[in-house]
Amino acid sequence: MSSETKQILTTDGIPLEVSLKKAEKKNKIKAFLLVAPLLLFLFITYVFPIGEMFTRSVDDKMITNMLPKTFKAMEKWDGKELPPEDVFTGFYLDYKVLIENQTQGKLGQRLNKEKNGFNSITKKLMRQIKRNKIDESQSIKEQIMKVHKRWRDVEYWQAIKRTAPPYTMAKYLKGMDMYFAADGSIAQVDEDRRIHRILWLRTLEIALFVTVFCFLMGYPIAHLLATLPMKYSNLLMICVLLPFWTSLLVRTASWMILLQQQGVVNDFFVMIGLVGDDNRPEMMYNKVGTYVAMTQILLPFMVLPLYSVMKTISPSLMRAGKSLGGTPFVAFWKVYFPLTIPGIGAGCLLVFILAIGYYITPALVGGASGTLISNQIAYHMKTTLDWSFASAMGLMLLSGVLVIYWIYNKLVGVDNIKLG
Amino acid sequence: MSKNPEFVKFDKVDKSYDGKVLVVKDLQLDIAEGEFITMLGPSGSGKTTCLMMLAGFETPTHGEILLDGNIISNIPPHKRGIGMVFQNYALFPHMTVYENLAFPLRVRKVEKDEIDKKVDKALSMVSLSGFETRMPAQLSGGQQQRVAVARALVFDPAVVLMDEPLGALDKNLRESMQYEIKHIHESIGVTVVYVTHDQSEALTMSNRIAVFNDGKVQQLSSPAELYEKPVNSFVAEFIGENNTFNGEVSDISGDKCKVKLSNAEILSNAISVKSKGEKTTVSLRPERALIEPSEKMDNIFSGKIEEVIYHGDHTRVRVNLLSNPEFILKVPNSTSNLELKLGQEIKIGWNSYDARALDPK
Repeated sequence: MSSETKQILTTDGIPLEVSLKKAEKKNKIKAFLLVAPLLLFLFITYVFPIGEMFTRSVDDKMITNMLPKTFKAMEKWDGKELPPEDVFTGFYLDYKVLIENQTQGKLGQRLNKEKNGFNSITKKLMRQIKRNKIDESQSIKEQIMKVHKRWRDVEYWQAIKRTAPPYTMAKYLKGMDMYFAADGSIAQVDEDRRIHRILWLRTLEIALFVTVFCFLMGYPIAHLLATLPMKYSNLLMICVLLPFWTSLLVRTASWMILLQQQGVVNDFFVMIGLVGDDNRPEMMYNKVGTYVAMTQILLPFMVLPLYSVMKTISPSLMRAGKSLGGTPFVAFWKVYFPLTIPGIGAGCLLVFILAIGYYITPALVGGASGTLISNQIAYHMKTTLDWSFASAMGLMLLSGVLVIYWIYNKLVGVDNIKLG
Repeated sequence: MSKNPEFVKFDKVDKSYDGKVLVVKDLQLDIAEGEFITMLGPSGSGKTTCLMMLAGFETPTHGEILLDGNIISNIPPHKRGIGMVFQNYALFPHMTVYENLAFPLRVRKVEKDEIDKKVDKALSMVSLSGFETRMPAQLSGGQQQRVAVARALVFDPAVVLMDEPLGALDKNLRESMQYEIKHIHESIGVTVVYVTHDQSEALTMSNRIAVFNDGKVQQLSSPAELYEKPVNSFVAEFIGENNTFNGEVSDISGDKCKVKLSNAEILSNAISVKSKGEKTTVSLRPERALIEPSEKMDNIFSGKIEEVIYHGDHTRVRVNLLSNPEFILKVPNSTSNLELKLGQEIKIGWNSYDARALDPK
């Protein structure tokens, strides 16, 4: 047998191989063009904003651009004693430019964030410069130090030096109730001012409990849905999906009507004599309200993946388990339950990730305990306008979710997730 | 050890799902120890319901089911100790073959060494040794079926139920599995209750067959008797092929009778007819009617060939005989075969003891 193979040609004499590749390439380009709008959309609405968020969260260029001469001169300063003359000169020249551009106020605010007391001494310096009280032929160091005693304090100059790098992790530290101390080390915020850590823990706690509640309530419903005859299961399915068709705000508001102290649920409890009229339990503006409302709102996200997995489990498996000698519980625990793990994983992951970023519902029904990390992010976006801090916290939330996803992958395996 | 002829007993069992229609009516059925019994019938005839009642997944509306003399109607499935093979195998997809087989032993708290031994034995019985660590999804349909059989047998149950276990296999595999299951039954002597709607499967494998129709056992007998001596038209029609003539009894003496058709009179065995004037359906197996018979037969008529179909080992000939255009003949193919031509008039004969006058259709 000869090992040579004759080249196959098409009717126009082109080798078939080349011709096939050409046709395939065309198809690949067509397929790519079809998904291109989605890719572009994803890039614009997802990858790009996250990148933007990241740069914003670490960006500290503003002050770097404001004080170029100062930082240049500071490179040679060891930061232990008061800086030498050329640092003061550099700062004076930079500050003069800022005054001319009328942007000196921003510098004061920025430095004040770094160390309290900067705002007033920069303003004082500005007034001296505007009145031409600074004689450029004399030592500028001496003259600035006379403006205010804080200009003689080395800590203030150290604070300026700390702002030199164009990037900073300060926002991330702040998100964890930490900050850069004067000597550049990382320090904890005073105990009575640690707010973010409480919020992180509370967010985690609420997400975790809501996931558990959703699982406990969703599992039997999903099982019922998967095993009932069609005509009943369709009705039940509609009941499960109904919340999806109602606005989130409407649902939250109806929970407020139901749960408040003079609300429907409390009235009912009083009516059946479970509680006294003067002793109505508080079910809203605390964690109970948050749990109830969020569990109800997120329940479909647990039920649907569970249902789709349970639907595929043949009822004869349970029967086989029982006929082989397993009690109904053993048959369930050893046969049915392990087969639903992909659905449990998908449902829990979905609910947890949604719950961890929830914000309207807990804010409305949770009262003081309803402030979660997302509320804090929104607060900094809208009220303090500290977008870089909001971005930093957003990214911390995102990385937290990614860590959970990673752990989940190690434990269950992402390939085991089944959404339907 | 003498075998208990009433090892499994259905005693006047009724079953109704909706309270209106009885799916199983007054079922009386005894199954002997070590027997291979098949419940055969069209779908909806109640055979699977009977199996499910025996397994414990359904409860009888009336009557009792006894296993080895004990009433089991109120015992839950997992305490009955009955093995079951399901139509779609019902192997646990998240367990290896070994774990599947070990499941019934583990729930019975059998020692680890003992489990290993029994699983080994059961796997070698279905010639699947070495497959312990495979997952069910990695096995072919036939292999999965064998694992299911091994799993139903591994804990030495008194009775094994099989619910159309071969329904999902292709024809060749199904046939070889039939023999395999039959051999396993013969070698370990377990009582098997087998449900199928495939009559050839039932004929191949069983000691006895219970033909179900309309919630009732129509006939319970050995495969040969069922085929040769059906007791009514339904069984005759359901098992094997069948030629029928509808007529009226014109004369009856002992076990022989004359049946008057529209244009002739045929001699037949009187099975369910008692007196003159009764309506009847005469049943005759296609292979019992001969073309141009050389020996003397007491029924000889002539008919016209309507269709000839070559089947390899035999030829099917459709003849219009005695105004029945659907009369089928099976002619064995041999070198001395007659030339069969369409439209040809041929003589067809059969003996009266092969024709059975049954209840009218």
